[in-house]
Amino acid sequence: MRGRLFLCALAMAGPVAVHAQTPQKKDSVAKAEADSIALVRQLEKELGANSADTATAAASAPRATGGYMNIGFVSLLDAGWSSEADVASLQRGDHDPKQRGFTLPNTELTFDGAVDPYFKGFANIVYKLLPGGETGVELEEAYLLTSSLPGNLQLKAGQFFTEFGRQNNQHPHAWAFVDEPLVINRMFGPEGLRSQGLRLSWLLPTKFYTEAMVTVANANGGATSSFLSDESSDIHGGVLADRKVRALGDMLIAPRLTTSFDLSDTQTLVLGASGAFGPNNSGYSTRSQVYGVDGYWKWKPAAAQAGFPFLSMQAEAMWRKYDAAERSLLSSPDVTLPAETLKDNGAYAQLLWGIKPRIVAGLRGEFANGKDGAFASELRGDRTRISPNFTWYPTEFSKFRVQYNYDDRKGIGTDHSLWFQFEFLLGAHAAHKF
Amino acid sequence: MKSFNLLHRVAAIALIGIAASASSAAAQIKVVATTPDLASLAREVGGSAVSVTALAKPTEDPHFVDAKPSHIVTLNRADVLIEGGAELELGWLPPLLESARNPKIAAGSAGRVVASEGIRMAEVPSSFDRSKGDVHSLGNPHFLVDPVDAKIVARNIAQHLSQVDPKNAASYASNLAKFNARLDAKTTEWQNTLAPYRGAKIVTYHKDFVYFASRFGLSIVDELEPKPGIAPSPSHLAGVIGTMKSQGAHVVLVQPYQNRKTAETVARQTGATVLDMPEQPGARPNTSTYIDMMNNLVTTLAAGLRGAK
Repeated sequence: MRGRLFLCALAMAGPVAVHAQTPQKKDSVAKAEADSIALVRQLEKELGANSADTATAAASAPRATGGYMNIGFVSLLDAGWSSEADVASLQRGDHDPKQRGFTLPNTELTFDGAVDPYFKGFANIVYKLLPGGETGVELEEAYLLTSSLPGNLQLKAGQFFTEFGRQNNQHPHAWAFVDEPLVINRMFGPEGLRSQGLRLSWLLPTKFYTEAMVTVANANGGATSSFLSDESSDIHGGVLADRKVRALGDMLIAPRLTTSFDLSDTQTLVLGASGAFGPNNSGYSTRSQVYGVDGYWKWKPAAAQAGFPFLSMQAEAMWRKYDAAERSLLSSPDVTLPAETLKDNGAYAQLLWGIKPRIVAGLRGEFANGKDGAFASELRGDRTRISPNFTWYPTEFSKFRVQYNYDDRKGIGTDHSLWFQFEFLLGAHAAHKF
Repeated sequence: MKSFNLLHRVAAIALIGIAASASSAAAQIKVVATTPDLASLAREVGGSAVSVTALAKPTEDPHFVDAKPSHIVTLNRADVLIEGGAELELGWLPPLLESARNPKIAAGSAGRVVASEGIRMAEVPSSFDRSKGDVHSLGNPHFLVDPVDAKIVARNIAQHLSQVDPKNAASYASNLAKFNARLDAKTTEWQNTLAPYRGAKIVTYHKDFVYFASRFGLSIVDELEPKPGIAPSPSHLAGVIGTMKSQGAHVVLVQPYQNRKTAETVARQTGATVLDMPEQPGARPNTSTYIDMMNNLVTTLAAGLRGAK
């Protein structure tokens, strides 16, 4: 390797030595520029009055968009009805419809911009109207991202959605369906996996896109369901063990590898594999492991109109191994639950068809299963759901969606729901990642 | 022993090969342009000293390019990035750059060419209001169909290439001068070709021929889009048809990524001709360079206007 670098260095050094710059050559650029401007002026004279642009305008003041920060505001409104009267027990995502009638599950302030030449900053503050009428506020994300670390490295630091799979770190605005996929809810809870920490990424020097990353974050907090979340007793049923950080093993570690190929001029494939490992609070030495694989394929013709038509398929599958300690039942501490391994898995696949400009038809099929444990957790029951939907985007800044959900919960029965969703966006519209 | 020598020879030849290819690769400046028109200008100015890649395809709507991961790799390895600079790429370039993590092409660096620098932008809004459609806050970004603007962009590219690669500055200056001379001659020719149609009324799908019409003395009487980026509605099209009839507009200009059927409907109602006028080199046969593309626009339009007379 060192030898090849040396050869490259020689190859690069050669031409530099041969083509040492002379003052005459430096001047030639300035002369060409002056000539060009003179020609432009001459052309203006020849071509008429419409040509007052060019050379004089070249000296005009630089323009700037906005200030030093892009500010956006996105608001989602859900409306509809479900055969399940307790809608929150069916729609477990925090940004899902929560009751028959109307729900305002996500109103988001977004900020981003260059901090300085070295960092970019991002923040999302979410407001949501809870079914009781109160307003919930949360600092969903606030992080900085390096712009110019050497070696193709990039560091993210702050509070952010963990890069696990495809959808976990997307905001509801970018979702193709009204609600959070069952499997993400199963593994990471109503908010998805999110915490405070660091993420190091390396863009590999391969011919095709390959990125390896690892997140080291706090395992506790409100959005770390499989780990030290305050709501984890809903999974294992026991009294929560108050675990402190003593070593790196007490942190949440989440590696991810993702790669992509252009199959043709019109088709792209993205594949990924993720893991999330950390302590859980069923005991003082127990751990959880979550594994996931994900894929995304998209076809878009070379002369698409405003990005349409297109066809895309996205799928994710996850597995969890949750080692539960011998523990006291939270609701009845005299009862002891045995040590056991709780195993869960689930997947979803969603097909989107951009039929014509701004109209998308979608179909999602999904399941989540849990192996029976000593505690009969409502969160771990077997469940399947099928959701056809239809979205109309009048522009990139507004959206109308209608979605039907057929739900089958083992031991509970089937449910039918019909949800409408409206969205508007003001200010800066952050571009979507692929 | 014989085979050992043979192995040595093969290894030596392979090493020389690697060194030669490394040398040729290292000698070329990797230029990435967001759109094929900018890429073509970069090829003119850069000549053999650069290798140029365009992110958007020639037939692709430059407002709606997918931020594909392969573009991240291309940008990660770029020495120079040329962007339009008037928010045309706002919907897809920022996340690519964020992931590309390449300081050589960071905003404000020598490797970042903002093509619109020095161009007097048309239709710069005095206030920001999305009820007026997708109006770019920095003005209409479709400026490259004015050859005078193309000269400014070529000059911007030459300046940045000379900073990034000073040893080839003379070559860039010389290429620029040659390109300007060819473009000047062609511009005069195009002006003459279109001179008989000065003041001709035309209709476009989107506001993408504003600079072209201004340069060649054409009059755009309406667009099929009611507002920039907003899909044509029947009531608006009825108005366009009325305008075309009353004002005597006989051609409708469309690009490959616009709805030709809509244009054909309007043309049927008015007896007008739909003209395929792609603004990107490579979208049609024999238009691989900027000058060829412009030539195609001018000759297609002149033929269309001649037929409509």
